[in-house]
Amino acid sequence: MAHPAQLLPGTLDLLILRAVSLGPLHGYGVLLRIRQISGEALVIEQGALYPGLFRLLRQGLLKAKWGTSENNRRAKFYELTRAGHARLIEETENWNRLASAIGAALAPQPEEA
Amino acid sequence: MRLLDALRFRFAVLFHRSRMNSEIENELRSHVELCADDLERSGLSRQEAERLARIELGGQARFAEASREAVGIQFVETLFRDIRFGTRMLRKAPGFAAIVIITLALAIGANALVFGVLNALVLRPLDLPHPENLYSIARNGTLAMSYPDYLDLRDQNRTFDGLAAYTSTQVGLDSDGNPSRAFADEVTGNYFDVLGAQPYLGRFFHSSDEHGPDSAPYIVLSYSYWQSHFQADPAVIGHTVQLNKRPFTMIGVAPPGFHGPVLFFTQDFFVPLVNQAQLEGQSNLAARGTQSILMSVGRLKVGTTPEQTIKDLNLVGLYLERNYPKTDDKMRFTLSRPELFGDFGGPPTRAFLTALTILAALVLLAACANLGSLVAARTADRSREIALRLALGAGRWRILRQLLAEGLLLSLVGGSAGLSISVVLLRWLSAWQPIPKIPFRVVVSPDARVYVSALLLSLLSGILFGSIPLRQVFRTDPYAMVKGKSPSAHGRRITIREFLLALQIAICALLITCSIVTARGYFRSLNDNLGFEPHSAVLMDTDLTMADYRADQMPAMQRRILDSLRAIPGVGAAGFANLTPLNGTFRGSNVFSNSAADLRAANASANVATYDVSPGYFAAADTRLLAGRDFSWRDDPSVARVAVVNEKFARTVFRSGDSALGRFFKMQDGTRVQVVGLVDDGKYERIGENPRPAMFLSILQYPSSQTTVVLRSNRDPEQLALALRGTVHDLDSGLPVFIQTWNDGLAISLFPDRMATIALTVLGVMGAMLSLTGIFGVAAYSVSTRLKELGIRMALGAQPAEVLRTALARPLRLLVFGSAAGLLIGIAASRMIASIVFQPTPPDPMVMVTVVACMSFLGVVAAWIPARRALSLHPLALLREE
Repeated sequence: MAHPAQLLPGTLDLLILRAVSLGPLHGYGVLLRIRQISGEALVIEQGALYPGLFRLLRQGLLKAKWGTSENNRRAKFYELTRAGHARLIEETENWNRLASAIGAALAPQPEEA
Repeated sequence: MRLLDALRFRFAVLFHRSRMNSEIENELRSHVELCADDLERSGLSRQEAERLARIELGGQARFAEASREAVGIQFVETLFRDIRFGTRMLRKAPGFAAIVIITLALAIGANALVFGVLNALVLRPLDLPHPENLYSIARNGTLAMSYPDYLDLRDQNRTFDGLAAYTSTQVGLDSDGNPSRAFADEVTGNYFDVLGAQPYLGRFFHSSDEHGPDSAPYIVLSYSYWQSHFQADPAVIGHTVQLNKRPFTMIGVAPPGFHGPVLFFTQDFFVPLVNQAQLEGQSNLAARGTQSILMSVGRLKVGTTPEQTIKDLNLVGLYLERNYPKTDDKMRFTLSRPELFGDFGGPPTRAFLTALTILAALVLLAACANLGSLVAARTADRSREIALRLALGAGRWRILRQLLAEGLLLSLVGGSAGLSISVVLLRWLSAWQPIPKIPFRVVVSPDARVYVSALLLSLLSGILFGSIPLRQVFRTDPYAMVKGKSPSAHGRRITIREFLLALQIAICALLITCSIVTARGYFRSLNDNLGFEPHSAVLMDTDLTMADYRADQMPAMQRRILDSLRAIPGVGAAGFANLTPLNGTFRGSNVFSNSAADLRAANASANVATYDVSPGYFAAADTRLLAGRDFSWRDDPSVARVAVVNEKFARTVFRSGDSALGRFFKMQDGTRVQVVGLVDDGKYERIGENPRPAMFLSILQYPSSQTTVVLRSNRDPEQLALALRGTVHDLDSGLPVFIQTWNDGLAISLFPDRMATIALTVLGVMGAMLSLTGIFGVAAYSVSTRLKELGIRMALGAQPAEVLRTALARPLRLLVFGSAAGLLIGIAASRMIASIVFQPTPPDPMVMVTVVACMSFLGVVAAWIPARRALSLHPLALLREE
């Protein structure tokens, strides 16, 4: 089994926003969704998730309310706010720029050859 | 939206810390369960699944902690830490803390006190069901009306659910063979029903109890009188007492705090108005023309507007004018509120209390400016500490929050101290009986609104003066500071401290101006010619109806009383009257020229103050007789009516001075009266009033049961009172009397002026204290920061005068500018205040001189110590120190 990739600092929030953007989720669901959409590549330390969720809640990017899960458990469901949507789009663009820049920088350069 | 959500979240955190904490626990628990469900599905037992889930989640406690921090509960905990730290810092600077707390306690105490009174007298509605529907009918700015007019208004209006009427009287109540004076409200039968009150004990009387004059001899006791006079004995209900020697049955007790629709007056009991003849010896109930002080209060029908009501009442007014043209003239009605006697007390009270509220707020503002400059100085002194903390990585907001927490801490402590003081004072004010003769009370018990407003004011002032260092903190350069450079604010034209000082001095000068204007107006009107001499005179009040004298027996009895009192050793001149001037009661009557044929109110030459007096009254009162003669005992009903008038009367009615003697005028009832004497103008209703016409009639020709004997004596009033009481008791043991010095007797008409003078003087003194400490603070700081510079100047040979100029020129210049601005605003403002309380006075050079002298004195006193310090510098020692 391949080693799960280490998360870069600051990317957890982006991943949570992305996960929640696909529909309301409870905390455990966010964990599963991130694992699923990253093709099992990203595994988040479970306990680190909640401080992240609360941070986003405080910034007004997420909103939460208690509900019932598919297997009839009480759980707190998170949802994107409008501000959260805007932030997700913005951060995604930033990430893409950064990733392609870093990718370009790390690609083998002609003079190395 | 985002901001709002975030804010809401913050507040939720702030106020629901424990709930937030348990919510985090719940959520983590739910996570474990969900995770365990998954594991269970893969074949594990529930127990094993939960164990694994918990392991997978990791250290729950640690994450809960991290989550709490992310949520912002940390914020609250930081706040507590700030407060703890602030307490520690303040304990290190007890002088600073004490000054701030005392200043704030005084300023917030003053505000809470003024607001408490404003709240009780103006803002708080009457403690009756649906007080907003209660109105009084007013006409010509007064609530007085006659009983027949009241009956027509009550029966013909279509807009009131009920209209009641009431008036007050003094009666002798005898429950144990020892009659005492008491104050009763004579009220109509529907009074309690209109007000919507329920008896505390027994029953009230109702309209159905009234069957014509003297048909309802019932008493409803007020709760406090039942407590004080009947020891709260429920068995008194159903018993009979003697009121003015007539039997009345006590049928009930009003609920605690019920005193009808009027503030200020705490009557002892209520009796039916239809029994007026028994209580006052005579009754005005049939006299349509007598607008006695019968006041109305009614409850508007639900859905009726005041405009509709006024229209409706004026229809009744038209009817009255048409049917009773002789007595009812210009029957135009308006609606007013009963609490402060309609337009008589309402607008002046409201205006004065509003002005006072504004001034009190200014005191607080000045206090904040004062403390602001103090805090600014302290922050400058702490700049090294602040720089160090910045250098060690503290955020500027964090430091600011710390300073703000200190400010809030101080303001809350000061505010609670001030609130406690004001609550004590309000309680005392509520129990105070400023006018000994009548049950006049200013009930101003504090309520939640007072507490909340004091709390808000404390917070606000804490934020105000606590945020002064904002700029200082942001300008602090930790690098320069740590290197040891002292902060240099030189070169800037006006520092924030100086601006605050100027502002504060302006406010204080304003307050001082206002208080001087008021105090001067007060003392000037005291020294005005009152038309009588209250010093070394004693008044003895009684009412012969209290001992059930018939009208034809009264003059003889009054003369017997006067003669026996005159015989007491040490009593000089003596005379009696039905009323004395400035005693709170005022009787006006219309007079007509001798040729007038149509004697309706509109044709009157003047409405004049009217007194019925005995021979010898003018000598006893020390009223100067300018021409003509005093009354004699022969001026009785058998001869033509005579009057003594004042100069203003002579000028107004006859348009001439001395020649008024011997001339005639007519009374409303058509009697011709001849002027036989002319006396000095005086004050009759209010101490600050303009000269007004007055006439004195012979009490033998116009008998009155009300008797006030004026006695001139240099004996000790207490002893004299004993002798007087004994003498009257020997004449008739059933006649209660009330004895006071004439100066005390003026209390009621001086009450508003006295209150205004006291209130404004207190605010002025607070203003003076604030400017004293403010100037001192800034001057002392200015000297202490420039010690080095001053030392160098002195070493280079500067003269003391130059040193002083360097050290103190700026604060003193600010004092001058601030005072000038405050004086100008103060003169404008005090004219407004004065016009509420006194007659407007022309701009008074004395006031300006006094204010300037006052401010200069404060300036010198405040700058004295810093100046001494500047002069006593030893340049060498100073330079060596560095």
